[in-house]
Amino acid sequence: MGLLSDPNRRRALISMLTRLNAPICMLCYCAGVCWFMGLAFEPFTLRTYMSENAMGSTMVEERFPAGERALATAREFAAHKKKVGGMPVDWLVKTMQARGLEVFTQSFSRVLPFPDENKERYIVKGTNVYGILRAPRAPRTEALVLSAPCSPGDNNNQAVGLLLGLAHYFRNQIYWAKDIIFLVNEHDLIGMQAWLEGYHHTNTTGMKWTPLQGRGGSIQAALSLELSSDVITSLDIVLEGLNGQLPNLDLANLFYAFCQKIGVLCTIQGRLQRNDWDSVSGYSHAVQTMMLMVMKQASGRPWGDHGLFLRYHIEAATISGINSFRQYKTDLTTTGRSDLYRLVEGMYRKLNNLLERLHQSYFFYLMPSLTHFVSIGYYMPAFGLLAVILLLRALDLWVQLVAPPARTEDGIAEIEQQSSPGVRSVLTPLIISHLTGAALYLMPVHFQEMAVEHFPVSETEAVVLTAIAVYTAGLALPHNTHRLVSGEGTEQGWRVLKLVAVLYLAVLLGCTALINFSLGFILALTMVPVAAFVTPDVPKVLSAIVFVILSPACTLLFSVFLFQELQDMPVSLQDGWMLYISVISQGILDHYLFGSLVYPLIALMVYPCWLLFWNILFWK
Amino acid sequence: MAAHRCSYLAWLVFIFSLSGILVADGQETTLSGDHLVSAVENPQTDAETEKRAAEEPAVEERRWEATRAADAAEENQEFPASVATVLSSTPQLKDDFQEELVIRPLHSGDIYASFHFRTLWETDFMKGNKVSHYRLFPKSLGQVISKFSVRELHISFTQGYWRTMQWGQPYLPSPPGAELWVWFQDTVTDVDATWKELTNVLSGIFCASLNFIDSTNTVQPSASFKPLGIANVTDHRFLRYATLPREIVCTENLTPWKKLLPCGSKAGLAVLLKSEKLFHSSFHSQAVHIRPMCQDSQCKTPSWELRQTLNVVFDLHTSGQGKQEWSLFKMFSRTLTEACPLASSSKIYIDITDNPQEEQFELIPATPLLRQAVVLGDRRTFSVYDLTQQVTFGTVRSLNLLIRWKSTEGHMLRPLLHAERYVAGYGLQTGEIHTLMYNNHPFRSFSVLLLDSVPWYLRLYIHTLTVTSKGKDNKPSYIHYQPSKDRIRPHLLEMLVQLPPHSVTEVTVQFERALLKWTEYTPDPNHGFYVGSSVISALVPSTVAMDTNNTQERTLFSSFFPCKEESSYFVRVYTEPLLVNLPTPDFSMPYNVICLTCTVVAVGYGSLYNLLTRSFQVEEPNPGLAKRIANIIRKMRGVPPL
Repeated sequence: MGLLSDPNRRRALISMLTRLNAPICMLCYCAGVCWFMGLAFEPFTLRTYMSENAMGSTMVEERFPAGERALATAREFAAHKKKVGGMPVDWLVKTMQARGLEVFTQSFSRVLPFPDENKERYIVKGTNVYGILRAPRAPRTEALVLSAPCSPGDNNNQAVGLLLGLAHYFRNQIYWAKDIIFLVNEHDLIGMQAWLEGYHHTNTTGMKWTPLQGRGGSIQAALSLELSSDVITSLDIVLEGLNGQLPNLDLANLFYAFCQKIGVLCTIQGRLQRNDWDSVSGYSHAVQTMMLMVMKQASGRPWGDHGLFLRYHIEAATISGINSFRQYKTDLTTTGRSDLYRLVEGMYRKLNNLLERLHQSYFFYLMPSLTHFVSIGYYMPAFGLLAVILLLRALDLWVQLVAPPARTEDGIAEIEQQSSPGVRSVLTPLIISHLTGAALYLMPVHFQEMAVEHFPVSETEAVVLTAIAVYTAGLALPHNTHRLVSGEGTEQGWRVLKLVAVLYLAVLLGCTALINFSLGFILALTMVPVAAFVTPDVPKVLSAIVFVILSPACTLLFSVFLFQELQDMPVSLQDGWMLYISVISQGILDHYLFGSLVYPLIALMVYPCWLLFWNILFWK
Repeated sequence: MAAHRCSYLAWLVFIFSLSGILVADGQETTLSGDHLVSAVENPQTDAETEKRAAEEPAVEERRWEATRAADAAEENQEFPASVATVLSSTPQLKDDFQEELVIRPLHSGDIYASFHFRTLWETDFMKGNKVSHYRLFPKSLGQVISKFSVRELHISFTQGYWRTMQWGQPYLPSPPGAELWVWFQDTVTDVDATWKELTNVLSGIFCASLNFIDSTNTVQPSASFKPLGIANVTDHRFLRYATLPREIVCTENLTPWKKLLPCGSKAGLAVLLKSEKLFHSSFHSQAVHIRPMCQDSQCKTPSWELRQTLNVVFDLHTSGQGKQEWSLFKMFSRTLTEACPLASSSKIYIDITDNPQEEQFELIPATPLLRQAVVLGDRRTFSVYDLTQQVTFGTVRSLNLLIRWKSTEGHMLRPLLHAERYVAGYGLQTGEIHTLMYNNHPFRSFSVLLLDSVPWYLRLYIHTLTVTSKGKDNKPSYIHYQPSKDRIRPHLLEMLVQLPPHSVTEVTVQFERALLKWTEYTPDPNHGFYVGSSVISALVPSTVAMDTNNTQERTLFSSFFPCKEESSYFVRVYTEPLLVNLPTPDFSMPYNVICLTCTVVAVGYGSLYNLLTRSFQVEEPNPGLAKRIANIIRKMRGVPPL
């Protein structure tokens, strides 16, 4: 601070920063990207370890006996499901009652804002069935949840069988200290949302549901099961939840610990971990795994039924059984289903031992493999290096704005004279771009009927195409508007506007990265270069192309292709476009159905901010 | 046998005529007659009984124990009538001890065992009497009563939550954790200090954490807890009520409780109280109630009653191992060989009301002795085993009752009144407490008293209090609300609410979660903080009165008018306690890091603010004195300064 309060040295420092601004920014950007890529390098990461003492030292013995019977239950369930043509509510109620649970049902209905073409649903009506195993001598204050979605078709029957088998076995044990709720939810996430809203008696999304009759107190942890075949080769854990929230890392550690104990192959992002971190392929494997996690987290959508629990501060994960013949064939041994039972049993017994909520381990992390993680302290510098570019540019602009008039004696008065038209020329684009953002947020859903009337498209396409149309129209709109108000844009004017825009972007990305690092980082990666180097003086056409390529919408398009590439399912351009459209519609649906914040964030904040820079480009 | 039948027929005719006369003035006789008739109509229910009847034709197939159910019900609605009736038949002793075990097989296949021990002592602790000679009454409690001028003392320790929907109403309700309520005599001047001292003494006697009762969890309910014994004081300034929902009950609480019994755990029913089995159950509750009673109808001589009760529910699934049968040995790993020698009465009652034909379960050995009592508004029939009779123990000199289930269906019950409570909302800033009260009576409404005691760290917004039933606003006819004071006293909310028939009444109130001082957090802050159960006290319309369906075996003459034996009975229902998370700092490494970072930022902020707001300029060094004087002179001369 002494350095800065000494005017001479301060001047020297500032002049150095302004002089070397561009190289420093370049350096920071490269450093940020390199830091991020380095996160996946194993020596730079930490090994996972169990932090929670209540789950670490106490060993439990798993002795689930009846794997075959559970398989038979699954077949019975499948038969009833086929017969009823949906969820066999009565059969489930009867079966759960026979296993000694307190059984309750909840019915719900929801009209989607527009038809969901991926899952082919518009008006959703369904019933959740749940049975509560009351823990002996427990006062109904704590509960654990085990859920299995009742999916259409032949999917997930085995998960329900497993759930019922475990319910039967758990009921006969004396050691439970927390109530266990066995939930079979219909219409996957919508049913889960209805149940959770009913359980906590909130209504955030306008869903209609009947109130729950039985409760088990505050839910401590939850697991969701997805299992569609009789034989599984490996187990996958899914952690990413709504708005990029993650469960406590101890839940993943617990899963890994039991996989090791029982000897089941376990994966994260569908990828086994490799031991050859020092080879190029091993490193790229880790990078790909981490990138998958980053992209899933950035999407802000729940990647399994567990994702909705996180809002209620309930640690949850989805465990899905994978029957894979695709890769690693030599490594695989067929895992008997009883191993899976023992795994879930063991996890629940350990969760049952919890004295407090899971809180000891990390909530903010990235996982390049199941055994290694990157904590917030390690990954934040990558973002910080990108964000500092914006601050450096802001400093540079500030100096440029303040420095020249400071030379004269009556400089203060002059600044005021100059900046007063500046305020208006800043406010106008700000307001106009935000109005465009509001239009992008509101119009697609509210004007879908009109769009369907006038164009030969389906509702879903209408919504997405309206969104794209508004987005594109926004590009044409604002860069001429300031002239209407304040005449020709001045040199001073764009500097002030850019200063405001750069600081706005810095705050916006900073806040986003704190909540959802991945989203913040990906946005920073594309928007920071644009924001840093835009002036009205650069060649128009070329920069406009770069601008559009680095705009949020195109970022999403690239992300779609990259994600497919990472999942070893590359798509053609045509399919990629279709996928892009469906991703946008899913994003909008996620917002309306579950309260995902990515769509409003992009539409109301990020896009207007980007428009400001677009405005600067076409200032003259 | 034929002659025997004839005698029954004669009885039948006699009762018929008798009932015809009595039907107007009292349903009690009619009903017992009704049951008798049903017993007559189906005499061959029990093979053994029949055999014995064949051997001894003079003995009736089922004997009814001398009882007057109505008396029992009038005596006190709170307690099992069966216990209270014995009062009239016992001789007037100076002190007297009775023990009872009531076993109720539950619909779910579980079994409910309820021990009752009562010591009556004709003495007077009040008015500063010095009592020094103790026989059956435990001295430790006697001294407590006289030292702290206690009029009534009720204490219960419960592990688990009573599942009303599956088990029906308990004989004696109690909330999870520890509950203590005491009426002091009006001679006590400083009630709070006495209360504080009393809780500490009781904490020692029962080996429990009752010393955690302080002003922050003690309330003075104005209406919910009335004295149960003789009392002319109803000023609630002398009442203190506190619960500790977090109290864990285990063997260390059971042992001192058993020591209060005259026979300890050496003889009588108390030999069954082995902790390794009692705590292998779904529900465990033990209680001590002390109250002054009348010895006779004129109430000339007061006497003190000490009632110790222990309720336990055994779970069919966790201990059944597939076989659906219960025995004393299986439940308690002991059998009975004798009554407590000090007891004037020692009995086992088994509730066979739902099992007149033995279609649900089989009882071995069978007993000819039956007993009827109105318990909780329902007329129940019990098989009675008198332990003071040597014949009860049979030839093996040990009694091992066996209940063999024939069918169990775990369907839910619909108790007339039940309640549940939960916290709604998410996040750590606000929340909402919902209390649901169900009135399942098809056509009668009744009032309930709701008592809520909420700790101060949930700041209730009492203006958000709503009471709705059937979608309409239900205005409570009486509200007593005492706001909390931070760190001093809890919220107290008492309401008298009318529950419409066949409805759910929902009481909601919003709250804000307070941020505690960092020393006020418990060692496990992330577990959450407990809020004690709400207490719902009500006079519920009796099921006997409500029984209008004619499917049950009834005589024609007794079933025309809906009977009005008991218009209503007293029930107390406790809701589940709540576990609420408060905003909790992360008491670990990151927390320290955050603290450190904040300090650094706070220090850095000053300098940064300084930099941003001040303008820095290079200042000329101060001119010397000589130069200044020279300048003044030059100024006076009108020459430019140096």
